[in-house]
Amino acid sequence: MILDYILNAIAIGMTFLYGSTGEIITEKAGHLNLGIPGVMCVGAAGGCAALHYMIVGGITNGFLLVLVGILASFIAAFLMGMLFSFLAVTLHANQNVTGLAMTTFGVGLMKYIMFGLKEGNSIPYLKALSAFRFPFADQTNGLKYCGVMVFLALIIALLSSFVLFKTKVGLHLRAVGENPATADAAGINVTLYKYLATSIGCGISGLGGLCYIMDYAGSRESYLSIEALGWLAVALVIFALWRPHLSIVGSVIFGALFIAGQFIPTLVPLKFLQTMTAAPLLKMLPYVVTIIVLTVTSIRDKKENHPPQGLGLNYYREER
Amino acid sequence: MEKSIALELRGVTKTFGKVIANNNVDLTVYKGEILSILGENGCGKTTLMNMISGIYYPDKGQIFVDGREVVIRSPKDAFGYKIGMIHQHFKLVDVFSASENIVLGIDDGKKYNIKDVNNRVLEICERYGFNIDPKKKIYEMSVSEKQTVEIIKVLYRGADILILDEPTAVLTPQETEKLFDVLRRMRDDGKAIMIITHKLHEVLSVSDRVAVLRRGEHIATVETATATESMLTEMMVGKKVTLNIDRLDPVSPCERLVLEGLNCTSHEGIKLLDNISFTARSGEILGIAGIAGSGQRELLEAIAGLQHLDEGTITYKNPKNGEDVNLRDKTPLQIRDLGVRLSFVPEDRLGMGLVGNMDIIDNMMLRSYKRGASMFLDRKAPKDLAKNIIQSLEIATPGATTPVRRLSGGNVQKVLVGREISSAPSVLMAAYPVRGLDIGSSYTIYNLLNDQKARGVAVIFVGEDLDVLVELCDRIIVLASGKITGIVDARNTTKEEIGLLMTKSTSISEDAEKAAKEGSENG
Repeated sequence: MILDYILNAIAIGMTFLYGSTGEIITEKAGHLNLGIPGVMCVGAAGGCAALHYMIVGGITNGFLLVLVGILASFIAAFLMGMLFSFLAVTLHANQNVTGLAMTTFGVGLMKYIMFGLKEGNSIPYLKALSAFRFPFADQTNGLKYCGVMVFLALIIALLSSFVLFKTKVGLHLRAVGENPATADAAGINVTLYKYLATSIGCGISGLGGLCYIMDYAGSRESYLSIEALGWLAVALVIFALWRPHLSIVGSVIFGALFIAGQFIPTLVPLKFLQTMTAAPLLKMLPYVVTIIVLTVTSIRDKKENHPPQGLGLNYYREER
Repeated sequence: MEKSIALELRGVTKTFGKVIANNNVDLTVYKGEILSILGENGCGKTTLMNMISGIYYPDKGQIFVDGREVVIRSPKDAFGYKIGMIHQHFKLVDVFSASENIVLGIDDGKKYNIKDVNNRVLEICERYGFNIDPKKKIYEMSVSEKQTVEIIKVLYRGADILILDEPTAVLTPQETEKLFDVLRRMRDDGKAIMIITHKLHEVLSVSDRVAVLRRGEHIATVETATATESMLTEMMVGKKVTLNIDRLDPVSPCERLVLEGLNCTSHEGIKLLDNISFTARSGEILGIAGIAGSGQRELLEAIAGLQHLDEGTITYKNPKNGEDVNLRDKTPLQIRDLGVRLSFVPEDRLGMGLVGNMDIIDNMMLRSYKRGASMFLDRKAPKDLAKNIIQSLEIATPGATTPVRRLSGGNVQKVLVGREISSAPSVLMAAYPVRGLDIGSSYTIYNLLNDQKARGVAVIFVGEDLDVLVELCDRIIVLASGKITGIVDARNTTKEEIGLLMTKSTSISEDAEKAAKEGSENG
């Protein structure tokens, strides 16, 4: 039972991990993208739409389904990132407003798309579920939730940390987010870095939406919870101190808290926890913990643990 | 000896909207020479250099490097032509180490290995006599260390043409001398060096030739050996200027503000003020010298009621009835209600002093909004005051209803000082009141401070130009890391002495305490 709880926590945690890894890359370029919930929704919709048409078209090859589903999800979310970059970098729009607008837009767009993805009474894209359970296809297995997207999330997070902190590209990207004027004077193409980092970050975040549907929830209504998960992913960025590898730990903790309501009453032999009053209190846990964690991590002593200095500020080269 | 041309500008013009920043500028720099670019603030020195280093792109004109015409569209292009610029506001990433900052933006196709970078940085340090730890983080560095990193940064890229934008503005006289030694060594190494400054004595001591700019135009380039201070000033300003500050003797000084044992710490637990004691007297200008960030700001804010103190007392001696008023832990409003006439010209003019988007009249009201009981605004009195200040201080503005942020730096400062003086203060505190002002405006401000002194106001003046401090003040307090390292009589001191006190090691705190005690006893 405890093993089941942990595996479930890991599986749902990966949704947060995609979201937060993507947002970390975006924030390292100095963009505070509050559109992540919307981006994850669009990522889910893009992936599901591709799967829908493939299955309706009769494609059953599991490998192809997974590959194209993931690519479509990434591209759909990537385009959202391009939109954000265009508004924030080229048009100098306020990042907070742009991000919130993108969330509203993304959630609406997803609902519109997902509503249309059905054949009579069945939902074709759910037929791809078993393909996503690869390499542990047996659904009765205890590892039933740890499908291919769980491993992909871990690889992306570790790779992102490596690129950010061990390569020149990462050094340049961090410089752009910390102090774009400095990066510019050093000959770094600030606009290019901002566009690419934001778009790739959004693409990665978008996979989180697909991961939630195909890897964890797997039901026709599951897409409705993605927005709430998106906000937790944004909070996780601060919890992880802008480091994707720490985000792995954070995402599992957040995942465990998020599903505590289902598992704690059976795991902890306390009478109170079985009552009707306890259930909603347990459901509050991730949000309460988020508030506590954000408060605690806001008291930072080391400068390395601060958010990027240029976060949320648009850069104008010829400003005087 | 025939010298070859490193860089040449022909007819370079740049405009920002309607403002002409540079107009048809011709300039030549030779290899192995130091060329000073001299001019008042806003004359286009920095804009011109930014065009050479690729930050801005000229509207018209040609740039030649080594005799070939070049197009510099970005800082990257500039590096390609071996041009490196050391900016006045350091372009460094705080959370990166020295080496990480140095290697930033270099695309040499080599594998990124921070250890190799560290070694190369140490090599450069040895060659030119720098002393820096390549692994140290920028935010742990002093200003002069940061500047060293900036210089190494351009040398690391193999720059042959170096541009330094007001490099000495933040340095002590000793650090300046060290920098000049390095520059001379680089010049002897065959590099072409351009240094932007408005300090005349530095121009005369370090450069081989001087190019003077005025209102965006190149006036002339002269050999330093044949130049004199008064001649250069005349070229800069366009008319004869007397560069003497009058210093009147204090008239019947008496104690006005007594500070004893002020202590305060930051949130991070760093001591901002450490046992500060002194007395400010009426009819006297008390200067405060120190490297930026040595506690000047906290000290003034503590007096103004904006900074919480851990220990210490601030006593105001009311000139009207001779009563002692305790100012510690009072808000600015409480201080005013106690009948203490305190005026504060803060360092951050448009942040703390004035509201940039509001016009001159509204900014006058920030000081007087508490007066009057009507629920509607009375704009008449502030309007008269605004007009009065515009007239008496010769503020160049389209009218009293122009937003303050549209005025030039000097005029903004005049608005602020004018407002503060209009409340007839008995204590006037001014932090860096001439920062960013041209020579003419600076002297207007000095005269205003002198007027207040003559009226018996206790003036506290925080300055960065030691020459001015020594000429203008009666006594000078020197701060280092939140401690008083000396209180000197400005009439019998040199800026070298003050410079030494500014960098005095904090370990000799006993001396400082003694000095502080003597100072307060003298006061």
